[in-house]
Amino acid sequence: MSYITPLLPAYPEILLLGMICVIMVADLFVSDDNRFLTYALTQLTLVGCFLTTLLTAGIEPVTTFSGMFVDDLMADVLKLMLYFGVATLLVYSRPYITARGLFRGEFFVLALFATLGMMIMISASHLLTLYLGLELFSLSLYSMVALQRDSATATEAAMKYFVLGALASGMLLYGMSMLYGATGTLAIAQLADVILTGNARDPVLVFALVFIVAGLGFKLGAVPFHMWVPDVYHGAPTAVTILIGTVPKLASFAFIIRLLVQGLGAEQLVAEWQQMLIVMAVLSLVIGNVTAIAQTNLKRMLAYSTIGHMGFLLLGILSGDVVGYGASMFYAVVYVLMNLGAFGMILLLSRGGFEAENLEDFKGLNQRSPWYAFLMLLLMFSMAGVPPTVGFYAKLVVLQAVLNAEAWWSVPLATVAVLLSVIGAFYYLRLVKLMYFDAPTEAAPIAPRTDVRVILSLNGLAMLGLGIFPEQLLALCLSSIQLSL
Amino acid sequence: MLTGMNLLSLAIWIPIAAGVLVLATGSDGNARIARVIALVGAILGFAVTLPLYTGYNPQLSGFQFEERLPWIESFNVYYHLGIDGISLLLILLNSFTTVLVVIAGWEVIKERVAQYLAAFLFLSGFMNGVFSALDALLFYVFFEATLIPMFIIIGVWGGPNRVYAAVKFFLYTLLGSLLALVALIYLYNLSGGSFSLIDYYQLPIPLMPQVLIFLAFMTAFAVKVPMWPVHTWLPDAHVEAPTGGSVVLAAIMLKLGAYGFIRLSLPIVPDASHSLAGFVIALSLIAVVYIGLVALVQSDMKKLIAYSSISHMGFVTLGIFVFNAHGMEGAIIQMISHGFVSGALFLCVGVLYDRVHSRRIADYGGVVNTMPVFAALFMLFAMANSGLPGTSGFVGEFLVIMGAVKVNFWYAALAASTLIWGAAYTLWMYKRVIFGAVANDRVAGLRDLNGREFLVLGLLALAVLVMGLWPNPFAEVLHAPVNELLNHVMQTKLR
Repeated sequence: MSYITPLLPAYPEILLLGMICVIMVADLFVSDDNRFLTYALTQLTLVGCFLTTLLTAGIEPVTTFSGMFVDDLMADVLKLMLYFGVATLLVYSRPYITARGLFRGEFFVLALFATLGMMIMISASHLLTLYLGLELFSLSLYSMVALQRDSATATEAAMKYFVLGALASGMLLYGMSMLYGATGTLAIAQLADVILTGNARDPVLVFALVFIVAGLGFKLGAVPFHMWVPDVYHGAPTAVTILIGTVPKLASFAFIIRLLVQGLGAEQLVAEWQQMLIVMAVLSLVIGNVTAIAQTNLKRMLAYSTIGHMGFLLLGILSGDVVGYGASMFYAVVYVLMNLGAFGMILLLSRGGFEAENLEDFKGLNQRSPWYAFLMLLLMFSMAGVPPTVGFYAKLVVLQAVLNAEAWWSVPLATVAVLLSVIGAFYYLRLVKLMYFDAPTEAAPIAPRTDVRVILSLNGLAMLGLGIFPEQLLALCLSSIQLSL
Repeated sequence: MLTGMNLLSLAIWIPIAAGVLVLATGSDGNARIARVIALVGAILGFAVTLPLYTGYNPQLSGFQFEERLPWIESFNVYYHLGIDGISLLLILLNSFTTVLVVIAGWEVIKERVAQYLAAFLFLSGFMNGVFSALDALLFYVFFEATLIPMFIIIGVWGGPNRVYAAVKFFLYTLLGSLLALVALIYLYNLSGGSFSLIDYYQLPIPLMPQVLIFLAFMTAFAVKVPMWPVHTWLPDAHVEAPTGGSVVLAAIMLKLGAYGFIRLSLPIVPDASHSLAGFVIALSLIAVVYIGLVALVQSDMKKLIAYSSISHMGFVTLGIFVFNAHGMEGAIIQMISHGFVSGALFLCVGVLYDRVHSRRIADYGGVVNTMPVFAALFMLFAMANSGLPGTSGFVGEFLVIMGAVKVNFWYAALAASTLIWGAAYTLWMYKRVIFGAVANDRVAGLRDLNGREFLVLGLLALAVLVMGLWPNPFAEVLHAPVNELLNHVMQTKLR
């Protein structure tokens, strides 16, 4: 069997790809009434990937495909989180897509393709692999946004997403080509070696860096490359928004680590991208948090809140040491959990033909259903970073990393970050206010399916549970980064 | 042995567990069960704090009843609890007040009873956590967590302008405490990775960082105290909060700020505390005099008591920052006394409000004719608020003034003027509300205190008198910790 072991690191991807083909074919033979089969197969696939990743996980990084693909601890942790996120959001989405005629094979196949793309991004150790994963994931998402063919806003959003996404990909590709010109290699590890030995041409390198950071900014949705975020979040069907707004940040995080830290982590370059990230982080924090206040649509509000969160994520990365990267990873994981819950609540409140995406729709939730109001309260306080919820520790570790860097920007950046957290707290509080202090405008009962109820409850309570016992997740993130770099 | 029972953990978690149970009763159909569980939880929570007092050894310095478990090992954070005499008194006050608040809201709150009671129980547990935490991060987590229940209490059961008040309260305090968080992280990095307060006490810090840390702490604690000029959230919050909320806010939450100064600012950054003491004293004196005058012109009873609270808390910060034993002990006694007195005054206003649904002084007059028992108790609390000898209000103010005289005669003279302002605004309000002819039909139709109200106010009256006539049990646990604190403050941390 030795001829197959070289592929061991890619087993989860291979399994997923195989299963996608199976699902695609199987779906053709399933009638609309039995579509549940597709859904079940999808979930089973994700469970299978979860187990495969868990079983093939190792402390030491292993590469395959001539060093183009790497399986390290960071990749494993991120992938596990990714499967978990995708499986969860599919549970939340099922009633929503069923009511809107989107409960079709394409939805699940595209979602799995996007997952595969993200997995490849997470495990890429070569610029080509990285780009391949990125495009696979982006193209799947473009078409998912447009899946609701008769919705004008969805089509508009898809168009916008596609054009801006393609532009970003172009920039990235241009940057990568310049990297190749400067160093003569596309493999990330060799890239780092060439730069370290001083054999790279510096002006070209810095030029490449600008394009790469711009491309990353687009994918991450950081200011000033954030224009697509609110429109796409708003226009896409909520079941797709939840996919765009949560797990891809894990892949983007891995992308940043692979490219900026592993590839371009030489000291003179760190100083270069640090400056760019500082500007992007501060602008994201300011524009994200301030603009979110003016939103009346919850999806748009969460879009701007995402921009703000990405500012925080960048703060961890720009602090430039292992603890900072670990803090960012923890932030990304917590971010995914929080947004899964928040979008899950939007999906929960929307019923056949009715979208509960305006802030008004949450009015008086406490009187309609104290339990879900409480869960949303936990999610909102976690996003605002108020202890004892887990969002607080996410902000804490990032701030710690920033202050620990002891650079001239440490204290000012930390101060700006906390001041904008206060502004951010306002719009999260406003939602709590609507749920608790206002009278409900409608009395439709909230009676979700059992699976949604259980998962959403666990999701909300996780904010508190991880807030009281953050150690395990935190240690996992910190050590996995440490062992992967 | 009782000491083997982790009493501090019990004092924190019993109210919280009771709160969860109360929440589980759900809808208002089970309101009765919810009330009973809440009362049992509150009484149990108070009961476990009593052995803390009896088992506390006032001769020892340092912390007692310590508990230490690893919590977040990646960041060297411990679940580290322990108390000295200062925290002991505040924990007792907090647990005692929670019982009263649960009783006070017994019939008055009819909507979402379970959530109301649970919020107070959570709050009580969190505040015990603040008073007993010896790990900076644990302290911070409890300190911030108190915001959430209070936000809900003001916003859901408050008056007409409650949303504004709740949001203002939350954002104001969050802003302050986040800056303190930055300071704590700075200290964590400086100390080489420790969040232990006891480590921080020994940590040498250069002057400039000390000043910045002091200012960051000060924004957090000054907002909470509240000190002039960041006091403006308090009158809003008090006026709009339900009676129970006002009581807890005045009696305990304000103490979190002063406690923060004592536990964090003074011993961690003593040199900055010395350099900036004049600044804090100036703000305190402005609070005492100016806010006292502001209280004089209020037409709303709750607002008047709220301003009176700010003025009295000015005394507390003054006492802390004169850096001598009299001032410090006076400040702490004043904190406890103010907890009893302001709580009682808010309850008195609540008694009137439940009957007449107005807090305006002008809507009352001649209440003594219809509610003689109430008028007598109210009289006692009004006297205590103006610092009459024989009541608890006198002891603290007297000690603080003594402490202030030692530093500067004019500090003391200005501070002492509060005996005039305090008497003026409190007694003038009392006169207008209670004495005179019966003002209108609603006052004529008032019923006197029922058993439940009498129980609550009676217990507080007892506490006020005991503390005024025989302050020794309160003072004796303070000597050792106050001396140790002053030792810390006197030692420079500059190298």
